[in-house]
Amino acid sequence: MHELLAGQTVAVDAGLTRLSHARPGDRGVIADVRADHASGHGVDVHELERRLLEFGFVEGAAFEVLHQGLFGADPIAVKVDDMRVALRRRDAEDVWVRLGSK
Amino acid sequence: MSEAVQAAPLGGGPLSKEEPGPRTTRSGPARVALVGNPNTGKTALFNALTGSRQKVANYAGVTVERKEGFLTTPSGRSLSILDLPGTYSLRARSPDEAVTRDAVLGRLEGEAEPDAVVAVADATNLRLVLRLILELKAVGRPMVLALNMYDIAQRQGLRIDLEGLQRELGCPIVTTVATRKRGIAELTAKVDELIASGALSTENVWHEPSATEIRGAHREAQRILKAYVRPPEHPDTVTGRVDAVLLHPAAGLAILFALLFLMFQAVFTWAAPLMDGIDASFAWLGAFVGQVLPDGLIKDFIADGVIAGVGSVLVFLPQILILFFFIILLEDFGYMARAAFLMDKIMGGAGLHGRAFIPLLSSFACAIPGIMAARVIDQKRDRMTTILVAPLMTCSARIPVYTLIISAFIPNETVGPGLSLQGLVMFGLYAAGILSALAVSFVIRKVFWRGAVEPFLMELPTYKLPSYESVFRNLLLRAQIFLSRAGRIILPLMVAVWALSTFPGAPAGATQPAIDYSFAGMIGHAIQPVFAPIGFNWQMVVALIPGFAAREVAVAALGTVYAVGDAETNVGALGARLAEQWSLATGLSFLAWYIFAPQCAATLGVVKRETNSWGWTAVMFFYMVALAYLTSFIVYRVAVSMGGG
Repeated sequence: MHELLAGQTVAVDAGLTRLSHARPGDRGVIADVRADHASGHGVDVHELERRLLEFGFVEGAAFEVLHQGLFGADPIAVKVDDMRVALRRRDAEDVWVRLGSK
Repeated sequence: MSEAVQAAPLGGGPLSKEEPGPRTTRSGPARVALVGNPNTGKTALFNALTGSRQKVANYAGVTVERKEGFLTTPSGRSLSILDLPGTYSLRARSPDEAVTRDAVLGRLEGEAEPDAVVAVADATNLRLVLRLILELKAVGRPMVLALNMYDIAQRQGLRIDLEGLQRELGCPIVTTVATRKRGIAELTAKVDELIASGALSTENVWHEPSATEIRGAHREAQRILKAYVRPPEHPDTVTGRVDAVLLHPAAGLAILFALLFLMFQAVFTWAAPLMDGIDASFAWLGAFVGQVLPDGLIKDFIADGVIAGVGSVLVFLPQILILFFFIILLEDFGYMARAAFLMDKIMGGAGLHGRAFIPLLSSFACAIPGIMAARVIDQKRDRMTTILVAPLMTCSARIPVYTLIISAFIPNETVGPGLSLQGLVMFGLYAAGILSALAVSFVIRKVFWRGAVEPFLMELPTYKLPSYESVFRNLLLRAQIFLSRAGRIILPLMVAVWALSTFPGAPAGATQPAIDYSFAGMIGHAIQPVFAPIGFNWQMVVALIPGFAAREVAVAALGTVYAVGDAETNVGALGARLAEQWSLATGLSFLAWYIFAPQCAATLGVVKRETNSWGWTAVMFFYMVALAYLTSFIVYRVAVSMGGG
């Protein structure tokens, strides 16, 4: 289903940005979760997508970036709905978010 | 009363496709499985239900702990409660989670399917558990939902329409506060009622959900939440405020290091008197047996083999308990995930998981608690890498060996203000251990995991005050596990090393120390040519064999082969003797050997236990021997060429 959405069109949507680029204090809504960064995760892209979904990174969920690490601003701590989750920026690349002040 | 009861098919039908057959043919207590997300107080609930009637073992073929407890309901029914590892989904990702899935599905080897499932939920975080409950409903076992930490939910002003939720989910709901033992009787009664009513499993229609199905479950959970749960009036702000300090990029790291320093100090200094006490009592016991029993093999075996062997295992216990006390406390408080968060980038550079930090730090005291502490890492590959490199950290047993060789071969000079050459060499040995551990983990990731880095996704749980009871119980459990399981492997190895150094005894009129005539002596002589290129003489090789029992034993063994009495307390005399007998190159080579060599049977035993694999144990043994040999070779050759031969 996501292949049909042809990554390009979504990326062009000016309102969307990757969660991996977000900074502490950024908040908004998760717009799209689709694993298309194939390499080096040790699991295939669909597995990464399912793991992200299981930790609450699902379309429509509210998020806020809370903290980041000292070195390379990595990993990040994100509040997703009512849960706090830590993840590396490389694993957050596949989460597209719409920033907003809410 | 619940729909689960009404929906059940009539009379003893098949329970599921996997495990046909009426339940009534099984004897013994009814089986109840506790399933829930991590950090929901599931273990506290388990403790509250079963008290001290618990038993811990391993599941067949895996290293996951199987915790079972028993209780008798007021109606006289006996229940066996299984505390399953916490999981977010039945779609298992780690060995622990696979056990939960298989136990619930009744697929576990040697385990019957549960008669009832108790789903344990953190009442303040229902969204996650709702998805798990939807999966559990698909499995179709009779189920009770325990809404734990209900007091916190009430304090936050969270309103849950229990009646409505009960109707919606089709299973009875009980509210509990496990740490205060509230709601436990009601939960027991509900489970009893469910089993007594003969509620039967419906057909198991569970399958691994696809991404689309997970999205669907999210929507369903959202709908249920919206319909039956009103958001808290006073949401928890403590966690956010504490995190602002503890996860602060700079202050957070400083606090982490301060905590670790305290832990490290405690492991070294608090444990020391206890360890001395254990050492002394076993020495006394050995001496006592020596006086009581007549001279001969039996006395030697009991005093030097069994008593010394048991002592050498027990002596690790204080360090293990102190270390685990801190780990359990920090884990229960919710800090462990934060420590992993803070350290992840630094560890990640070498291909290690953020959580590997604590086990590796512990290994400076002793690799054994370090390897056991690697259980906090849930990804199998990351955990394996951590276990494999943990013994490279300079453990306290290397210190006597380092001290001996440094005092014998490194001149006591100052090389700068406040810097002694001896201290610098000691520091270099520690640094070599750390750097090699990072390098080896990098290589392991390249070789065994083909460069793959597992995704790092981790819940940062809400902070909670640990309960004394659960910390104490958990600590007791660690002690029990270490003694019963590690002991079963370590002790025989110790006895084997004793036997090798004892048999056959010295012939009448022997001029050399008895160990020369033993199997250890023979092996030492036989394999000495292998060690010649790295500058070891046969006395050193002989000392390495009993030194395999534990690193510091090599000091005593060198004393034996060089016939220096009481070598452990008389390091000066032995050092002087070694300085006469060995070249500088040989001394340095021996130091290099001790950085890497797996000279510790106990560690190998624990690695076997924790990885459940002789294969990985062999990988560790051989890579460490190879590194030790190679480094010693280079050090020896370079030293000889520079005139140190």
